Amino acid sequence: MTGTEPASGAAHLRWRPAPLAGLRAVAPVLVLLVALLVALAVVDPGFFDPERLLAFLRRSAPLVILAAGQYLVIVSGGFDLSVGAVVTAGVVVAAELFNLAPGLPWLVVVAVLLLGGLLVGVVNGIVSTVFAVPSFIATLGMMLVLQGAVFFWTQGAPRGYLPEDYRMLGRSAVPGAEWLPWAVVVLAVVGVAAVLFMRSDTGRTLVATGDNDVAAGLAGVRVARLRILAFALSGVAAAVAAILVGGFTGVSAQAGSGYEFQAITAVVLGGVALGGGRGSVVAAMAGAFSLQALFTLLTLLGVSGALESAVQGVIVITAVAVGGISWSRRATRTHQPVRESV
Amino acid sequence: MNQRGTPLLTVRGMSRSFVGIRVLTEVDLDLAPGEVHAVVGENGAGKSTLMKVIAGVHQPDSGRLEIDGVPHRFPDPASARRAGIGIIHQELTLLPDRTVAENVFLGREPVGRGPRRLLVDRAAMVERTRALLAEVGAVSFDPGTLVRRLSVAQQQVVEIVKALAGDARILVMDEPTAPLAEHEVDLLYDLVRRLTARGIAILYISHRMREIFDLSDRVTVLKDGRVTGTLATRDTDRDELVRLMVGRELRDYHPPLAAPGDLGEVRLAVRGAGNDRLRDITVEVRAGEVVGVAGLQGSGRTSFARALFGADPLTTGEMWLDGRPVRPNSPRAAIRAGIALVTEDRKGQGLVLRQPVLDNALLVLRAAFAGRRRAEVEPVEVGELLTRLDVRAGASDREVRFLSGGNQQKVVLAKWLAARPRLLVLDEPTRGVDVGAKAAIHEFVRDLARQGLSVVMVSSELPELIGMSDRVLVFRDGTISGELPARPSEERIMRLSTGAEVAV
Repeated sequence: MTGTEPASGAAHLRWRPAPLAGLRAVAPVLVLLVALLVALAVVDPGFFDPERLLAFLRRSAPLVILAAGQYLVIVSGGFDLSVGAVVTAGVVVAAELFNLAPGLPWLVVVAVLLLGGLLVGVVNGIVSTVFAVPSFIATLGMMLVLQGAVFFWTQGAPRGYLPEDYRMLGRSAVPGAEWLPWAVVVLAVVGVAAVLFMRSDTGRTLVATGDNDVAAGLAGVRVARLRILAFALSGVAAAVAAILVGGFTGVSAQAGSGYEFQAITAVVLGGVALGGGRGSVVAAMAGAFSLQALFTLLTLLGVSGALESAVQGVIVITAVAVGGISWSRRATRTHQPVRESV
Repeated sequence: MNQRGTPLLTVRGMSRSFVGIRVLTEVDLDLAPGEVHAVVGENGAGKSTLMKVIAGVHQPDSGRLEIDGVPHRFPDPASARRAGIGIIHQELTLLPDRTVAENVFLGREPVGRGPRRLLVDRAAMVERTRALLAEVGAVSFDPGTLVRRLSVAQQQVVEIVKALAGDARILVMDEPTAPLAEHEVDLLYDLVRRLTARGIAILYISHRMREIFDLSDRVTVLKDGRVTGTLATRDTDRDELVRLMVGRELRDYHPPLAAPGDLGEVRLAVRGAGNDRLRDITVEVRAGEVVGVAGLQGSGRTSFARALFGADPLTTGEMWLDGRPVRPNSPRAAIRAGIALVTEDRKGQGLVLRQPVLDNALLVLRAAFAGRRRAEVEPVEVGELLTRLDVRAGASDREVRFLSGGNQQKVVLAKWLAARPRLLVLDEPTRGVDVGAKAAIHEFVRDLARQGLSVVMVSSELPELIGMSDRVLVFRDGTISGELPARPSEERIMRLSTGAEVAV
């Protein structure tokens, strides 16, 4: 109905984003990341040894994966504060499972954790969409529920242990390629999946929903369902992080504490707008690497680890303020309400 | 010209422009004590601007304003209020969780004497509110009632009492009956008569003929920002007022209408349909036809568009598309049935402003059509569409919020046409769009109709409706008050919109 004359192949190319357009969103955080890496190389000339670099990547993997999941929620207009508690719960549950049923195949435990993360995310999503509880509160509540459940179950001292084969993903290398940690492989898979997802129709629609959910709904987007999906994927990402953290550090009732704020800081550092609609997943993951690099640098400089959270607080406020200044200036220009004239 | 001594309010030669467009030109108006003076005119005639200038919201570019013969200038609404001018806005502005008395004395609460100066004298506040309410004959609620618990009509009374508490002698009422139910209108009439008996002058803005003839002593008609006449109500009639309101040349070029042979089968049929804002809607639209929808604000014209699209679904009656029964209960269902809606609020409901052109243009396809259908269309056709619509975006990945209104509207059109709808519903398709883009959009819409698309076009701009429509439906009070053939006169449309002419 809209004309079916053969389309010149070039016509649509004009409207394709320029090949490097994506780079613009990522550029500031990449500059930051490079600066931090250079600083690391200056402070510690051995940092770029392949082995140590891979160790850095492995250490970063949980946070980068959490940031990718957190990005999905933030870009669609929400927050997920429950991911740290999911990590803790995942570590503790795995240990308890091996305690209850020694000899359980490790893949079964992995599957249980992934399903559990999915379930937590779906509940977060349903509470914040169907029941219209602001996601900040919904996921804060979920965080408390999970923390309380873990504490109740373990009495503060988790029992059990994580067998060697289960911990492999977190701390061992790929057989036959001893230089390559499994965690880096998992990280690469998650990273590629996240990028592909954000290029898909669903991913683009998710960003559009975060930008203007009224317009998206009127364009046929199932807004609630899409937001639930974002929370669900964030929950799964948190479960993946739990598997890596468990392998890396072993059983602890504090395994995931603080990760939710680190993930949000990372996403914000990547230039992703709180409230949704703007920012790239690559930038969010680069933000996570930057944060990890910063922590490493501070440690190398002998700054007390106790200051980490203070530094993180300053970063979050600064990053949001910088994003907010330019945004509010534009907002006054473009967000004039359309009123019937005269 | 005043029948009762010195005019209370005099306006002389008042002009005002917005961004180079004259909205008011040399307007003269006077208001006598105890008079109800109606101001009428079609959408965009300048009624609201006149009211806002009088109330100090806007400042005039030139002209004088006198109260009791003394010149006044109002740099802001507060100074107009101090001079005795009270405004009753269309949207009520009370604080819902405060009592009636607290609202009435908001910002000027009576205080105690001596050391009690710092405390609000609640008893005095309640007493004075009670007295004011009694004065206007409002006895159905108490000064201590929370505003939240009041009906819209009662809230309106509170607004009026609030103005009176500020010693207003001139009340400007902007379409006061618009939010009221039928039986509440009589209460308002009563109230207006009590006020005028106290010598308060009322500037009554409305386009409902019945009210004007029921209430007003005089009528001033505005057209395109000029006064075309001030008449004593008892010496005029509806026909004369409508003639003064309309009668513009059809200046703009519009593409030719559909020839009889161009129209196809019945595409959309609606019978006896309604919801809480619409009743008894019966319509047929043929393939290839552009049907205009006219009506005043609040007449149900936008509700009709949203109902067809499932945004505010129809709850009664029947609807068919190409002979198949459909009654979309969500936009998604409507889209999948082949219906598209270009909303009147482009920025709030039409676009995802911070995304690039292509993401906007693909939104409907991505959201509502999965799989094969989606693969068929993207991306060549969408690029084609944008090119044919001549969207000018500068860089291709520019966020749409940086585009001009006309280009934005073209992106919205592309978004819908990419889904190949069978029925395109347009609500104010050229609002806030420059002249060039407007002509292009008109041409494009007619072109689509020629290829068989059915179009329903809601517009408050009469020249656009008359120039584009093969038929015009006029809405009033939530239903169709008349149907007019191609090229109707503005006069006929206004008569049916205002109730000056009833039914066909």
